[in-house]
Amino acid sequence: MGKETIRLENLSIGYREKNHTKLVAGPIDASINSGELTCLLGANGVGKSTLLRTLSLFLPKLEGKIFLLGKEISEYTEKQLATVVGVVLTDKCEIRNMSAEDLVGMGRSPYTGFWGSLGKKDREIVRESIEMVNITHLAGRMVHTLSDGERQKVMIAKALAQQTPVIFLDEPTAFLDFPSKVEIMQLLHGLTRRTGKTVFLSTHDLELALQIADKIWLMDKTHGFSVGTPEDLALSGTLSGFFARKGIVFDKETGLFRIEGEYARRISLAGHNVRYAMVRKALQRNGILAGRSVESDWLIEITRDEFVFRRKRPGERIGGPDSPVLTPEDLSASSGPEKEIRVTTIERLLEVIGSTVCYSGPCR
Amino acid sequence: MKRPVFLLMACVVVSIFVFAFLNILLGSVSIPAGAALKILFGSADQPQVWQNIIWKSRIPQTLTALAAGAGLSVSGLMMQTVFRNPLAGPSVLGISSGASMGVAFVILLSSIGGHALSKMGFAGEIALTVAAIAGSLSVMALIVFVSQKVRGNVTLLIIGVMIGYVANAVIGVLKFFSVEEDIRAYVIWGLGSFSRVSGDQIVLFVCLTAILLPLTFLLIKTLNLMLLGDGYARNLGLNIKRSRMLVIAASGVLVAVVTAYCGPITFLGLAVPHLCRAIFRSSDHRILMPASLFVGASMALACNLVARAPGFEGALPVNAVTSLIGAPVVVSVLFRKRKTELAE
Repeated sequence: MGKETIRLENLSIGYREKNHTKLVAGPIDASINSGELTCLLGANGVGKSTLLRTLSLFLPKLEGKIFLLGKEISEYTEKQLATVVGVVLTDKCEIRNMSAEDLVGMGRSPYTGFWGSLGKKDREIVRESIEMVNITHLAGRMVHTLSDGERQKVMIAKALAQQTPVIFLDEPTAFLDFPSKVEIMQLLHGLTRRTGKTVFLSTHDLELALQIADKIWLMDKTHGFSVGTPEDLALSGTLSGFFARKGIVFDKETGLFRIEGEYARRISLAGHNVRYAMVRKALQRNGILAGRSVESDWLIEITRDEFVFRRKRPGERIGGPDSPVLTPEDLSASSGPEKEIRVTTIERLLEVIGSTVCYSGPCR
Repeated sequence: MKRPVFLLMACVVVSIFVFAFLNILLGSVSIPAGAALKILFGSADQPQVWQNIIWKSRIPQTLTALAAGAGLSVSGLMMQTVFRNPLAGPSVLGISSGASMGVAFVILLSSIGGHALSKMGFAGEIALTVAAIAGSLSVMALIVFVSQKVRGNVTLLIIGVMIGYVANAVIGVLKFFSVEEDIRAYVIWGLGSFSRVSGDQIVLFVCLTAILLPLTFLLIKTLNLMLLGDGYARNLGLNIKRSRMLVIAASGVLVAVVTAYCGPITFLGLAVPHLCRAIFRSSDHRILMPASLFVGASMALACNLVARAPGFEGALPVNAVTSLIGAPVVVSVLFRKRKTELAE
């Protein structure tokens, strides 16, 4: 993995006002590596933006040290910092009458001369930056005619044109539709691999971050500050501790979060593949816990082209392979249709189950 | 779509020459074009009256309008960029109000002291200029000072507007205690005019703007960065506080000088930058600064021409003309812009 480019030592962040300081978070000890995508996660108001603003020197730090490429950040002049850190902010740039290409060209400002005119080499870099984020077709468009996602890509191209080893992005995926979110995250991840840049971003898109990020920084008021790969954080239970609350559970199997309501009913499932997963998902949404090892008198068999809903027969197991075998006495208590019902769509299946009073029996 | 910048710029420059020549040619005394040209090129065999009219009245007026229009427009452009507000202009920061206050002190207080300025002639004129510059520069110094303390641009803008209100209140009090002739003199100053600057002072005025305007061009890269907003500009290595101070100071001094010599000329500073953005379809200050300079000069000359049109005989105040011409132009430009945006 990459070299350490940013190191925070005992860093406290917050706001210094006339007669008091407001501590937002800290002390933080952590580091960010080059060639990695690091995502900063945390609830609203926990200090993600404050941390990013402090790291990019927009805000003075309260205490501690920030080392950037081995040098304390306060030793950089504004001009030097402009060639080390590039930012993409949440500010919506409301520039009219400027083409995307010109905006990307502004990223060259730290290198251009007195009038800010681009030289041949600058234009070459601008063109490469635009190609890197795949927006060549947008280059000539006016910035104010672009969509939010397109503009975000232009700003990322600007940061690339700035040719900084470090790029900070404040919620680059906010306000974007899902495919654009994925596209931006993959783009950034790809950049870290291709260019060896250090990319650090804050986001609320937990699922995406857990899947794409190399490292996760978790900020939380009660649990403090944790750092690690998404997988390590999942294994150690840190992730579930951070985000688990009523209605959200951390699914250790997938390493992702799942919305979970309260279950009123249980149904066993038999089957596999996508069809199994989809039936399970649809039932969970309707307050029915369903799965291979779920204990129930009722069963949905999932075949290649049908869903068969029926009462279990004596001799079948109540739940998973190790669960007890059902006896006729067990089954006499629950009521419902005696015949099996075969349907082809999940919509129809839900209707059938909804009209079945299976839960009047012992829904174990 | 990019516009042919050089062609457009050339057209604007040509329009300046046309309007300037018309300014010299037209007036209450009709001078044939041939004779006017000969006088311009230094021929002395034309009637002395014509020579006097052209050299002592029309050329100074033309030069004043040219310099004032350019100065105000460039200043307005800088204000709009630094405050990121399309309604910002030289008058919003209270800088012109400051000039008015200075002038009000001189014109109106002098009558309380027993020496009516309206009867003092040349010395009075100098006093007016000095007072206007002193008034606007002191307001500007205040704003620059505040700009170092205040973070947000909107806050600063509001403070500027408030300072303007205070200045106007002071003027109101002064008016209340003044004699009628002085109030009239003050009101006339307030209407603005390109013909007030006389012989010797014109040289000083034109020189001042000719020095100040190129200096503002040094801020072009700064202004372009400011377009991106504070965050991005800072990240690209711009010292926001210092740049903001420089831009406000530069545009403030320009307004101060123009207001001192011509009175508070409204609207040009607000309208011309919008016009330039629409004409050149750009927000690049490398284009907009010279564009504002040229278009501003051209507009001021055109307005002066209308103010002197036959029938008005110089009776129309320039301020009325700038607003009467400027407002419809800006509105039509905005309407057209909306349409092209919808079409895109």
